[in-house]
Amino acid sequence: MEKNKQHLKNKLGLLGWLGGGRYGMERYAYALHRLTGLGLLTYFILHIFVTGTRIAGPQAWQQTMQSFSTPWFKFGEFLIFVCFAYHGLNGLRLGITELGLMLGKPARPIYPYRSSVLRQRPFFVVVMILVAAMIVIGGTDFYLLNR
Amino acid sequence: MRESTLWFWHLLAGAVILILLALHMTIMHLDDLMGLLGLSHGDPIDQKIVFARSQQVFFMITYILLLGAALYHGLYGLRTILFELTLSRTLERTVNIILTVSGLALFVYGAYAAAVIYLMKEVQP
Amino acid sequence: MSQTSGPSEVVFDVLRYNPEKDAKPYRQEFTVAVTKGMTVLDGLVWIKENLDPTLSWRSSCRMGVCGSCGMFINGLPRLACANQVAHLHSDRVVIKPLPNFDIIKDLVPDLEAFFTRHRTVKPYLIRRAVEEQNQPTSEYFQSPQELVQYIQFAYCIKCGLCLSACPTVATDDRYLGPQALAQAWRYSADARDEGGKDREQEVYSSHGVFRCHFAGACSEVCPKGVDPAFAIQLLKQDLFKRKLSGCKEQHGSPVTAPITEAKENPKIPKAPAPTLTK
Repeated sequence: MEKNKQHLKNKLGLLGWLGGGRYGMERYAYALHRLTGLGLLTYFILHIFVTGTRIAGPQAWQQTMQSFSTPWFKFGEFLIFVCFAYHGLNGLRLGITELGLMLGKPARPIYPYRSSVLRQRPFFVVVMILVAAMIVIGGTDFYLLNR
Repeated sequence: MRESTLWFWHLLAGAVILILLALHMTIMHLDDLMGLLGLSHGDPIDQKIVFARSQQVFFMITYILLLGAALYHGLYGLRTILFELTLSRTLERTVNIILTVSGLALFVYGAYAAAVIYLMKEVQP
Repeated sequence: MSQTSGPSEVVFDVLRYNPEKDAKPYRQEFTVAVTKGMTVLDGLVWIKENLDPTLSWRSSCRMGVCGSCGMFINGLPRLACANQVAHLHSDRVVIKPLPNFDIIKDLVPDLEAFFTRHRTVKPYLIRRAVEEQNQPTSEYFQSPQELVQYIQFAYCIKCGLCLSACPTVATDDRYLGPQALAQAWRYSADARDEGGKDREQEVYSSHGVFRCHFAGACSEVCPKGVDPAFAIQLLKQDLFKRKLSGCKEQHGSPVTAPITEAKENPKIPKAPAPTLTK
């Protein structure tokens, strides 16, 4: 394999996760799913420790919560809500499609081809509308109805 | 078939989280909307309400269930991302060990916290 | 549809790389007069004949069958022979070698690892009764419905476009990839096959089906309608079903009764005697 050393590496690397072509919406949904997942995991681990301060009693808890009641933290919480709405509903779609549902049935390929991705696209669009609705509902509660 | 079992639990944990976290989010963040529907019991992060909730068996159990499911689902997801970076076999094994140990540690800590708060006596008004 | 609505002169912006001369790939532009029905491949041939004989790529059938001329054309992996320049609706045709494959020279990708992966999933009929397979007494039974279960996945021409589009392949060198996994399902879904268990170890390994997250790009770019993403989800569905029902032994369809009543048709000329004798 001496020759192979001359071959130029052409892997897209991490940028390949984000897209890099005129692909369909699902490929970008995949990248966003990954990003929101990482965001949620980071928040969740911090969340375990923050809520864990309750062990020290109600006073300690009250103090922690007060230090978090700034507009930026509120926005962060809203962002987490948005991440969850997206990751949860898109995850539901992925779970359903990974089990082979909503994808149609195998058939003889007849040009122009209609792939399983296109067959599930209406489902994808409905899920994205639901995500948008959840973001609007969350935004209303976070910013319009003030406690 | 080990890998397929892990994946199977990832899906199952995802379904559990979707239900429980939706409940959690509704209680914690959609409280004003729930208030409009007459379903709210006041500020969800007020200490009295927080502790009253944490001392119900239902919430204690769902907290621990959600903790376990979310940790598994999240750390498996992280493992997926790391595995797709072409790690060496040794590094893959190291990732497995680190994620398992940290997952278990976080679970034990979280479950311990939930149990301690559940058993706290003096905070009941 | 106006087939000739595209511009009459088009710039081919091609990525060049010669391992013996260049340290880095560079872009080179060629102006090509587009004629009616000209494919991107035709354009490249015209450049090679008239402007630069050193331009290299791989192609053979020039009709979307051999799968040699996969390239990254205007933002998508496509077959150069199956895309007309006018249909790209642009006065620039940006051509790069297929991403995620090493570059041998100019637009020639190194497909070696790709074929190796194809081989690992055992893409052939596996039967427990090897004797019957080697010395067949008759054919295996297969209904038209059973054929439809796998026929679309059998259309794969191994062009590698799906691997170029796949985000997992972009970082994971060990991932089997959409092509190999689709071929695993093509054979495992075949009613005549009994090799599901033999493919399991590779297909359901830590660099098998679970590295697919249904980004769907492979199916979108497939020039033959093979739909690899669909095959991978069906592999997962099959796994899920078997998990719920408890693993069952796979039984291939039976051998049909040997044909005994057929008579030779005198109108059909006999085949000539073999020219090679052992």
